[in-house]
Order: sequence, then C-alpha cells, then structure tokens
Amino acid sequence: MQVVVLSPEKELYSGEASAVKVPGSGGQFEILNNHAPIVSALSAGEVKIKTEDGNAMVYTINSGFVEVLNNNVSLLVTGVKSTNE
Amino acid sequence: MANLKEVRERIKSVISTQQITKAMKMVSAAKFRKAQQAIVQLRPYANKLSEMLANILSNLEGDAGTDYGKEREVNKVLIVVVTSNRGLCGAFNTNINKAALHTLEAKYADLYESGKVEMMFIGKKGYDFFRKRVSNVKFHTEHIDLFSDLSFDNVAKVSQQLMDAFTTGEYDKIEVGYGMFKNAAMQFPTMETFLPVPKVEADQDGSSEKAIKADYIFEPDKQSLLEYLVPSILKMQFHKYLLDTHASEHGARMTAMDKATENADELLKDLRIKYNKARQEAITRELSEIVGGAAALEG
Repeated sequence: MQVVVLSPEKELYSGEASAVKVPGSGGQFEILNNHAPIVSALSAGEVKIKTEDGNAMVYTINSGFVEVLNNNVSLLVTGVKSTNE
Repeated sequence: MANLKEVRERIKSVISTQQITKAMKMVSAAKFRKAQQAIVQLRPYANKLSEMLANILSNLEGDAGTDYGKEREVNKVLIVVVTSNRGLCGAFNTNINKAALHTLEAKYADLYESGKVEMMFIGKKGYDFFRKRVSNVKFHTEHIDLFSDLSFDNVAKVSQQLMDAFTTGEYDKIEVGYGMFKNAAMQFPTMETFLPVPKVEADQDGSSEKAIKADYIFEPDKQSLLEYLVPSILKMQFHKYLLDTHASEHGARMTAMDKATENADELLKDLRIKYNKARQEAITRELSEIVGGAAALEG
C-alpha cells in the first residue's frame, strides 16, 4: 500500500509500506494492506512505518490525522521528530 | 573644472547605490525562493486537510457547528495586521496598512469610536504605521517578531492563543490583514475574517462526490473528529497568512529593487552624456584659448 506522511513544513515520507502503526485517539492501531476506509484523529505518540524490505521508520508526533482509502494511507502530522531505525 | 567634478561625483554615488539595490535584489530573490518553497510545501498538507473536512461534512447529517463557528453579536474586535519587518519593498506594507485602516474606520467605525477594537501586530511596519495614526485602540505587540521563527509549531502558538481568546469570548470577531501571495510580481493586500469561521458546508464540487462513495469508519465519532479538525485547519490557515506575507514581501522587494536598479541605469546614462558634453566643452574651450593665445603672439 501507498503511504504519504505530510507535515505543514514538508513531505516526510512517500512510498510503499507493508504496515503502519499509528497512535489513534481511541488507542493505538495498525494499518495493514486492504484496511477498510477510515479517518481517525491521532494523539501524541509514535508513528511506525514498516517498509516492504523490513526497515522501519519511527516519527514521534504531537497530533495529527490519518486517512485510509483504497490502500492509500495519508498521515497529516504536526510537531514531528523523526527517529529512523 | 567644478562642473565636471560634480558630475563625476554624482556618477560615483549612483553607481554605489545601484550596487546596493542590485545586491538587495539578489538577496531577496534567494529569500523569495525559500519563502515560496515553504508555501509549496504546505500545499499538500492543506489540500489533504480540506479533503478530510469535506469527507466528514458529506457524511455528517444536520448542523456542523463547532465553537469556532459561532456567530455572536460583535462587541469586541481584534484586527491582526501582518506586515514585514523591513521597508524598501515598494508600497507593499503601505497597502496592507491602508486596507487594515479602512476596515477599522469603515467597517468598525462605531466600535472604534467606543474603543472596542484592539489590534495585534506581526511585523514592525504595521505597528509603526498605526502608532502614529490611530488612538483609542489597544495595541498588542508581543508577537511582533514572529517572522524570526516561522516554524509551524511556533506560529501555531499564536493562532492557538487567538482561538482561545475567541472561544472564551474575549473577542467576537478576529480579522487578519496580510499580503496574499500570487506570484513574484503580484501581491494583494487582503483582509480576511479569521474567526468565527465562515459556516462550513460540504461544497458541491467533485471532492465531496468522491467522498460520498467511500464508507469511512470515523474515529472517534464525526462530531469530535470535526472538533479536532477545525482547529488544525485554522492553524494551517494562520500559518498560511504568515507564509504568504513573507513570500509577498520578498517578491515585492525584488520588484522594487529591480526597478531601482533600472532607474539607476537610466540616471547613469543621462549623467554620462552630461559628463561627456561638459568634458568636450572644456576641451574645446582650452583649444580655442591656445589658438587664440598663439594668434595673439604672432600678431
């Protein structure tokens, strides 16, 4: 699935990923391929993106939103600190 | 020859001024590119946000009211004037200030008279303008230096403060005057109502049609999601005011400095002709003096 991570200042990530873990306002959840369409607010926490070759990227965020539609995942985040693994 | 020397001095001073305007133009061009980049970077984020808003609204039945959209009787107004910190950018700041002044004196004449209008300044030029012209208005200058750090989080602090002041009822309306950015040569001084937000309705163009097709899960529920989303949009909007003004400022300065450089070129051309004429005159006079002297000796 296609993932874009956008902050107001720049595009942080764009590309394929196999799983995205996000800190939803109602609890953490993970988005896998063919996830149902969802719009959710995000609270402060870590966004973890697993790419297909097994690498993981972690962004610490303050707040944000996630939208999933037809295997397109859009993350809008603010207050980002990225820590790549 | 006094005249010759005078012209030479003037040519020298015009050249050095031209060097300054040229350098300022270059500097502005570089800063402009950066400022424009920031606007371009914000765009995908902004578009996605509005798309989400449209999504929710099209799935939401009934009234989509939030605290930020409540229209109240207007008893107290805050006008935020966003200008640049420095001058030498043509009529850019003056135009914004005039638009704000017009709003103050025409739209809010009654409130202005009874001292119910307050103003906040971001950028020194607006403050300088209104300090001299307007009394009976409370000035807020605590964020005047916001342009020194244009990061989103920093700007969001100010917009959050404005939003809080609106929801607690300190102000019933917040207007923002800024320089809307079109391109390097075009900036529009604009007054916009920041709060209350104009009534949010699902627009009838393609974006909402597309949204209806998908059966979204909303988390938490739509109404609370809206309450998260609207402040984010407002912050983004406010951030855009600043980025726009920033880019406009450098665009305006680029144009102004380019004109100044051109003008200096023209001045130089005239001065050089003047100088050459004066020089030629002096040579002719000297020659005729020598010839006259020789003729007198022979005679």
